[in-house]
Amino acid sequence: MTRLGETPSQTVGPYFSMRLSAEGENVLTTRSDRIVIEGKVLDGAGNHVEDALLEIWQAVPSGRYNHPDDTRGLDLEPGFTGFGRAASDFETGEYRFETLKPGRVPDAEGAFQAPHISLIVQGRGMLNPVFTRIYFSDEEEANSDDLVLRGVPAARRHTLIADLQEGTSPPVYRFDIKMQGDDETIFFDF
Amino acid sequence: MTDPVIRHYGPKAYSDHPPFSYPDYRSTVLRGPKQDLLTIVQTLSETTGPGPIWTEVSEEDADLTTNAGTGESAIGERIIVTGRVLDEDGEGIPGVLMEIWQANACGRYVHWRETEFPAPLDPNFIGVGQCVTGDDGAYRFLTIKPGPYPWGNHPNAWRPAHIHFSLMGPSLGSRLVTQMYFESDPLFPYDPIFNSAPEHSRDRMVARYDHDVTEENWALGWRWDVVLRGKTATPFEEDE
Repeated sequence: MTRLGETPSQTVGPYFSMRLSAEGENVLTTRSDRIVIEGKVLDGAGNHVEDALLEIWQAVPSGRYNHPDDTRGLDLEPGFTGFGRAASDFETGEYRFETLKPGRVPDAEGAFQAPHISLIVQGRGMLNPVFTRIYFSDEEEANSDDLVLRGVPAARRHTLIADLQEGTSPPVYRFDIKMQGDDETIFFDF
Repeated sequence: MTDPVIRHYGPKAYSDHPPFSYPDYRSTVLRGPKQDLLTIVQTLSETTGPGPIWTEVSEEDADLTTNAGTGESAIGERIIVTGRVLDEDGEGIPGVLMEIWQANACGRYVHWRETEFPAPLDPNFIGVGQCVTGDDGAYRFLTIKPGPYPWGNHPNAWRPAHIHFSLMGPSLGSRLVTQMYFESDPLFPYDPIFNSAPEHSRDRMVARYDHDVTEENWALGWRWDVVLRGKTATPFEEDE
């Protein structure tokens, strides 16, 4: 059968927030055991990206995805989808999510991955989405066994790990995204 | 406990998409990654996604001529935009969330950053809509044909008329945001965003006029199919 070709990607442009990243889409939960993930999106000159769209997708704390293909008999969380959207702030480039810390999901070799959140970044001046993952600095043991992290060059591994900020409640994890440069964030192909 | 279903999909057709950096579109130069992407094995984290969350979207959301909620109709050339969302095997994909945003008939967006183009707003047009594809992947919007508008990329730069489309399919890997253009737009040769897509795939972003879609005494019809990165094989149970 002839394969059809993919429709090409185009930039979300400067006006995506008319529809994407509506008020509150970055708050996946208001529960007291929530976590906060915040950071900046930076371009190759170190300037903040004032119009980036960030989308996250994650498992619930039991480690199950809220998706029909995840047929495991694990708990889901009522009212919590695992999906969120945020726009970076025009003045500062900062974004923020409030969510639940994800559980561990299966890896490709029958073990479990370290807790992580999938992140898609798009923006004005970006013709394609980029895909990365947010891991957690207080999951050292799980991180050291994680197949994806183990495949990342050691010198760049830190670009995938959100830093727990001491003394914050709810816990705040800092995760900057560097689109280019010496410390460019690892982006995935899959 | 039932094992999860892992629907692996084939490699992304990067050659069908724009490059990360396309200097004619100036803002791309500092915003696209320069290092190679790191290839990872697909797991549930990649083969699932938020698409199936949205099962119910109201029909009014797909009618941009009236969804401003003012009780009046938007001004401009009323058009129907319809087609199917397909995978690479040509199978319709049901349950895809399609969200759109666009300029009004004069080329003006309803957005606080739009301040320099002296074209009128329409109080009866907000320029956003959404729908979910049906069982055969079909979708349909009723809207106003957007106008072209100027932008600051280069001297006398104008974007061809377009509608922004966000598609949230069954998995993270099929996420697509694109723009739909209208056949025979004279601005195509001058637009670096349109031309950032490779020559062989550019045409896939262009809707065709279709007289069979046009409704008598009501609206002109445009047809446009979208192809998302598709599945490669039948799903299998993990660990089998």
